[in-house]
Amino acid sequence: MGLIDKGKIPKPLTWLLNTSRKYSLWVYQWGLACCAIEMGAAFGSPRYDVMRLGVIPFPASARQADLVVISGTVTDKMAPPIRRLWEQMPDPKYVISMGSCANCGGPYWDSYSVTKGVDQIIPVDVYVPGCPPRPEALLEGIVLLQERIQNEDMASRWRGEPMHVVA
Amino acid sequence: MSLTAHPAPVDWQKASYVAAQAADSRINVELETEGMVLNIGPQHPATHGTLRIVVRLDGEEVVWAEPVCGYMHRGYEKLTEVRTYPQVTTLINRIDWLGHFANEVPFILGAEQLMEVEAPPRAQWIRTIFFEMARIANITLFLGDMGVQLGALTPVFYAFRDREYVLNLMEAATGGRFHPNYDRIGGLKEDLPRGWVDECHGAMRKVRDFCDQLEDLLMGNEIFQTRTRGIGVIPASVGLDYGLSGANIRASGVDWDLRRDEESPLAWKEVDFKVWTHPDGDSFARYWVRLQEVREAASIVQQLLDGLPSGPIMSKVPKIIKVPAGEVWHHTENPLGEMGYYIVSQGGLGPFRCKIRSASFNNVSILPWLLKGVYVPDVITILASLYFILGDIDR
Repeated sequence: MGLIDKGKIPKPLTWLLNTSRKYSLWVYQWGLACCAIEMGAAFGSPRYDVMRLGVIPFPASARQADLVVISGTVTDKMAPPIRRLWEQMPDPKYVISMGSCANCGGPYWDSYSVTKGVDQIIPVDVYVPGCPPRPEALLEGIVLLQERIQNEDMASRWRGEPMHVVA
Repeated sequence: MSLTAHPAPVDWQKASYVAAQAADSRINVELETEGMVLNIGPQHPATHGTLRIVVRLDGEEVVWAEPVCGYMHRGYEKLTEVRTYPQVTTLINRIDWLGHFANEVPFILGAEQLMEVEAPPRAQWIRTIFFEMARIANITLFLGDMGVQLGALTPVFYAFRDREYVLNLMEAATGGRFHPNYDRIGGLKEDLPRGWVDECHGAMRKVRDFCDQLEDLLMGNEIFQTRTRGIGVIPASVGLDYGLSGANIRASGVDWDLRRDEESPLAWKEVDFKVWTHPDGDSFARYWVRLQEVREAASIVQQLLDGLPSGPIMSKVPKIIKVPAGEVWHHTENPLGEMGYYIVSQGGLGPFRCKIRSASFNNVSILPWLLKGVYVPDVITILASLYFILGDIDR
């Protein structure tokens, strides 16, 4: 393990690790609003079937999840629990923000009680636009995230440095 | 100066009585359970979103329950004040996000009433068709989801599968799979595409098949029956006191349906349908009534498709819509219950004030009464059978 201690992982090993990680994403469903139904359609319906992408949508709690899909309007009252559950997730963790409300506030851009974008609270990896996005759009978001995981430099992540994505 | 009071003289008779009581209670000390406060939510699969329920438990029995609302409060009533009338429909689609189209209709009908405009008959019929299709799309998901809450995962897959047929038709006609935004003041956005009526007949047959399938799959199941029959009984008088509406109150034996009882410009009076009630008022009755409602909705849609009149779909309405000053209250029987809008107009481009009466808020208000004395697993079935949508509670 000398190479890893020095922060140098051989390329084939990185490839293998990343490939394994990207096809075993455990996703925690954070169903908030309308998008939760489309997320349910993507995850729970036979037509869209997310498991063929290697995504398992039924972890019992956020502590077992790699990925969280924030689907729906984030209100100011809901923001602290979201932050807390995100903190409970083990590293490395990824966030998909689904729908206009979670991206930027959406149709509630001038509402007094809505947080304009979940990225004000937690870092977001992939934004899925739409109000609500079709299930296919969410699947594409997951595929994009998988590409991103494939290109991650594991060594820098383990050293605690900010993530560099090699395109 | 000391503020402590003098100790009271000891009452020996009382002290011995207390000692005897303590000795008695020590015998029972092993059987005692400590009270516990359990927090269900705000993120819990059984709450369909972000409802939080705080229950105090004695053992496994609920002694006190309190729903905490507001996690999905998006400020609809305030937002309608800064939108124009056509913009409001986009917004209110998302109140009850499963009954999308049904939310638009009462608002549009209220605004039409103020403007003294009436949509042509074809538009009214298509509105009714979409209203009932929204009901189907809404309640089919409930029928599947109730199984999930009881540990049967299969029904929800069937529900999602057959719901897609209805959503596809919605998308074909309106362009929106989920939030159609199809209703306009004075009519509809556009006419139905060619071949839609035949497709819709096919989809309605599939919906009926789904109901039969679910009846065979779930309702006869012994576990389902044991866990829903006699659980969460709402007597009709209590339900009316709490303002329950829709299938929840019909399951308690109250024969009340705004589609039949209220004068409405929509085409319900043209068709023949039955309002189902159930005398029991328990979780099973609520499930049963909703299942029959989906069947009735499919039959209403088919009857309307057969007699769909031809003609224009839009009446003459000015390009810039200004609603004359006045106040109007319009309510309809939405998938979740009675939904109404009290619109106050001052002659501007948008409503001056719009009070939204949504069904779920009243439906969950009964929870503190209903959950008292039930066991924790039954909390889940009762929540599922009451069937609320979080956007409809918090608005």
